Amino acid sequence: MASTDTTTTAKDGGDLAGLEAGLDALETVQQGRKPFRQTFVEKILPPVLAVLLVLVVWQGLVSFEIVDDPTKLPAPSDVWHVVQDAWLQGELLGYIWTSVSRGLLGFCFALVIGTPLGLLVARVKFVRAAIGPILSGLQSLPSVAWVPPAVIWLGLNNSMMYAVILLGAVPSIANGLVSGVDQVSPLFLRAGRTLGATGLKGTWHIVLPAALPGYVAGLKQGWAFSWRSLMAAEIIASFPDLGVGLGQLLENGRNASDMAMVFEAILLILVVGIAIDLLIFSPLERWVLRSRGLLVRS
Amino acid sequence: MATTLAKAADGTEAATHAARIEHVSKSFAGPAGQQLVLDDITLDVAPGEFVTLLGASGCGKSTLLNLVAGLDRPSAGTITTDGRPALMFQEHALFPWLTAGKNIELALKLRGVAKSERRDKAEELLELVRLKGAYGKRVHELSGGMRQRVAMARALAQESRLLLMDEPFAALDAITRDVLHDELTRIWRETKLSVLFVTHNVREAVRLAQRVVLLSSRPGRVAREWTVDIAHPRRIEDTAVAELSVEITEELRGEIRRHGQH
Repeated sequence: MASTDTTTTAKDGGDLAGLEAGLDALETVQQGRKPFRQTFVEKILPPVLAVLLVLVVWQGLVSFEIVDDPTKLPAPSDVWHVVQDAWLQGELLGYIWTSVSRGLLGFCFALVIGTPLGLLVARVKFVRAAIGPILSGLQSLPSVAWVPPAVIWLGLNNSMMYAVILLGAVPSIANGLVSGVDQVSPLFLRAGRTLGATGLKGTWHIVLPAALPGYVAGLKQGWAFSWRSLMAAEIIASFPDLGVGLGQLLENGRNASDMAMVFEAILLILVVGIAIDLLIFSPLERWVLRSRGLLVRS
Repeated sequence: MATTLAKAADGTEAATHAARIEHVSKSFAGPAGQQLVLDDITLDVAPGEFVTLLGASGCGKSTLLNLVAGLDRPSAGTITTDGRPALMFQEHALFPWLTAGKNIELALKLRGVAKSERRDKAEELLELVRLKGAYGKRVHELSGGMRQRVAMARALAQESRLLLMDEPFAALDAITRDVLHDELTRIWRETKLSVLFVTHNVREAVRLAQRVVLLSSRPGRVAREWTVDIAHPRRIEDTAVAELSVEITEELRGEIRRHGQH
């Protein structure tokens, strides 16, 4: 193209810039944060009401003597007193810490093992064919099944607890990463390759970040499995020298036929499990999804 | 057979062509045996030239672009390019885990640009596509047209002499597409890049290119070529653009009709 008209370019360029700025402004959606009041009404209030309803029904069952045997169903206030006593005696945080520290440490081990394992299964065909199905199968095996062999192999000690957590959580974490990698859009891989991200560079810059949402979902599930496995191990293999965690507390309550203590332990297991999820994994997941525009604001 | 990457000799000696496609054929294994997609394509893109590849479905234009990009190998023939070409897709293909600026910086990083220079260079490229201030924006916060401009900036970050474009504006609305045509023309003239642009939109081909290459379908062959001798700035409504488009469309329709006559 030989004939180019340079005199009109400047004016034309100015017009184009203005036009483009206008289009950009028209097409950009403004997003603000919701006011706290709305968040409170939509997100916080409903679960609080649900919990209150359960407490009211529970108290009603006891107060109106529909269930009048405190060894079967203690009143909510009795359970509260047991929790309060444990707090006043300084034991409550001890129970929680024993279990939480075991759970989180075990989860960290599972993370260190499950991540490279997942990557290997996702990227190496032979490894996938060999252990992929086993890994998915292990996810459906209740981890409580590992407690008896772990006790026989390792004895009644903390190593046994960690072994059970690992066997419960590693498959979830690895599988999460595998499905994350499988869902990476081929378009990203092609775009990465044209930019020069091949081999390890491609894995690091493209595959891993693209697989992050699946991986985080796997972590979340991995934590749930860690916590469940640990509770199973603590209940079955309670031994005084191991220190009293929440699982042992539950088992002690059963041995003493103290239903309030049993309820205390169940509630604490539930609350701690939810709290860790709400404090660590849910924010992590929301951050990952929101930063990619994958979280729909309802 | 081999895809050779002829490196430009650092300014001392200009390459004679940005891309040279010689007797390239490509077949894929299909349900009915080997299926020939591209048949003996020979095509040169001169340095600084803007060429559009035009064709109906099944002409293998995207396949050809993939071959030139080095994402796939030809079954026969050779492709030589002046360095590794940059490639833009119909989808923006920006990485959603990075901001607009970081997408560009990743391209710079993979090219080996020093960390201290990347930020400035990325801002510069964003300014070139008139997206100053979009550096920290997430991909989902940008409109379709803005995403394609960031994708263009990322492709330009590769500092390749050849830009391959695979229907990059096909998914945009008409107004935005028209603006991006002007934008691409401006950037092409400023940077003196060579562009190989694939489309099935005749007017788009005529509006942008210096040379339009029509491919036949199944298998893809070079059917005809036109040199577009219309002065810039062009508009999609220009009579000259319309006249040539009519001529090319007739030829394209003829190519398509042949497939219904079996």
